[in-house]
Amino acid sequence: MSALLQSSAAELGRAMASGQVSSREVTQAHLDRIHAVDGDVRAFLHVDAERALAAADAVDARRAAGAELGPLAGVPIAIKDIFCMTGAPTTVGSRILEGWQPPYNATVTQRVLDAGLVVLGKTNLDEFAMGSSTENSGYFTTHNPWDRDRIPGGSGGGSAAALAAFEAPLALGTDTGGSIRQPASVTGTVGVKPTYGGTSRYGVVAMASSLDQPGPCGRTVLDTALLHQVIAGWDPMDSTSINAPVPDVVGAARRADVSGLRLGVVRELGGEGYEPGVEQRFREAVDALAAAGAEIVEVSCPNFRYALGAYYLIMPSEVSSNLARFDAMRYGLRVGDDGSHSAEEVMALTRGAGFGAEVKRRIIIGTYALSSGYYDAYYGSAQKARTLIAGDFEAAFETCDALLSPSTPTTAFRIGERTDDPLAMYAADLCTIPSNMAGNAAGSFPCGLADGLPVGLQVMAPVLADDRVYAVGAALERELAARWGGVLTDRLWARQNGGEQ
Amino acid sequence: MALTTAEVARLAALARIELSEDELARLAPQLEVILESVAQVTEVAGDDVAPMSHPLPLTNVFRADEVRPSLAAEQVLAAAPAVEDERFRVPRILGEGQ
Repeated sequence: MSALLQSSAAELGRAMASGQVSSREVTQAHLDRIHAVDGDVRAFLHVDAERALAAADAVDARRAAGAELGPLAGVPIAIKDIFCMTGAPTTVGSRILEGWQPPYNATVTQRVLDAGLVVLGKTNLDEFAMGSSTENSGYFTTHNPWDRDRIPGGSGGGSAAALAAFEAPLALGTDTGGSIRQPASVTGTVGVKPTYGGTSRYGVVAMASSLDQPGPCGRTVLDTALLHQVIAGWDPMDSTSINAPVPDVVGAARRADVSGLRLGVVRELGGEGYEPGVEQRFREAVDALAAAGAEIVEVSCPNFRYALGAYYLIMPSEVSSNLARFDAMRYGLRVGDDGSHSAEEVMALTRGAGFGAEVKRRIIIGTYALSSGYYDAYYGSAQKARTLIAGDFEAAFETCDALLSPSTPTTAFRIGERTDDPLAMYAADLCTIPSNMAGNAAGSFPCGLADGLPVGLQVMAPVLADDRVYAVGAALERELAARWGGVLTDRLWARQNGGEQ
Repeated sequence: MALTTAEVARLAALARIELSEDELARLAPQLEVILESVAQVTEVAGDDVAPMSHPLPLTNVFRADEVRPSLAAEQVLAAAPAVEDERFRVPRILGEGQ
């Protein structure tokens, strides 16, 4: 049973293909694990054991009948509760959508189901994916399996915690300013934001449409690549989807080859505000990549310092527009519909009652940034800063194959530590935001512990060079696994189940 | 720049969000701090920099104008807060005195 939980998704897929174990056994083991630990971790908003076991049985039956199945068929997965999936609630962590059941599947959900993955349930997130800790969830806060007094990152803290707690071997996330990469970093797991347009946003509840991107999460680089392969690729239902072949992410993860690659360490993503332990693990990881054959150089991206400010104008502007759809008329919460209030008043009462504090803050900032008289100064300037940030990437990628930085400036902070200080919370996304602004591929990979807490290294690669993100991540994983005797989360398992290795 | 409670109330009204006095009092100083910290971007770029609204150079994407299956009315109405005669029932549109 514990072996099934510790196994990678790739191993589970192989074991099922060779008949050593059934999807029902694998699924039951993970459901039992959720039952045992999720009362403390609180990664899941919704678990449907019956549905999961039925899906597992269906895969087992197809396999028994000799059907040709993909490498992840029968493997359990946890889905961030922002992807629409029929037959289950999609809350996006918000009270305004409590109990809402979508009438259709997101494209990414559909591809996961078509590949035979077994959905265990929907994971917790900051409300509408706005936050870096899950503390903005309208339901509860998820705890970091490495230290339950600390945050699991956000917004996709539920998915990352489910992986680190061995409740699921794979998970789905979305990344608008770091919501896949920062949780991966602070939980010692892997998370990749594909190139913008590389994965479909159809059926993913929108936060900021020019920045949002669904992506894969796993405990190993290969697992993450296998899931990337399942969900990525052109979708006619998303007009911003790129009609081009999916980069060979699985091949890159298997080869794990960085020899001859030139990797640039971004000078501006370090120094003041970065924990010494984070910088030390990062430097060691860069050395490991050099030992693996990469050439390491330093690059400067001077306009990255404007990324956070520009992001907190562009993102809220798009939020204020996207979240206008929650108008209490067609679905979701409705408050004050007692005959005495007009439709407009019902809208305002519903949005006042249904949205949490951070969502209100961002909608109001966006309303301000887009209002006449301020538009040019705020939204317009931020769009220009975005051009400069993209230009920094372009210049850096002229001399480098990929860029490196810490994934986030600190390890997991304590629950409650930053809830009264929005700016401190926003700083968690300092390193991840530039890639959302420019739309390039980026991922976070475990690079060790600082004071017992995970540290992540970020790899940034050009648009549609997602395979390079995996090549660098896999090379790092191989180098570090040789020292640790496994991936980082194996050490957490060992710590919790008798003796650090 | 100073953001008064009255200005926040006006923005909240524009965004159709009912806020309590308590929320207004808490939000105004928070928003001011956030806006102050992001204000630096207003000085970054000159007139020679083109604004970027999107990471991809996109043009409109059209599909063929063909009839395709869509959701049934009952599916569409299933999640509605209120339904009457196979339609969304909404509160009255006009306020008092309009």
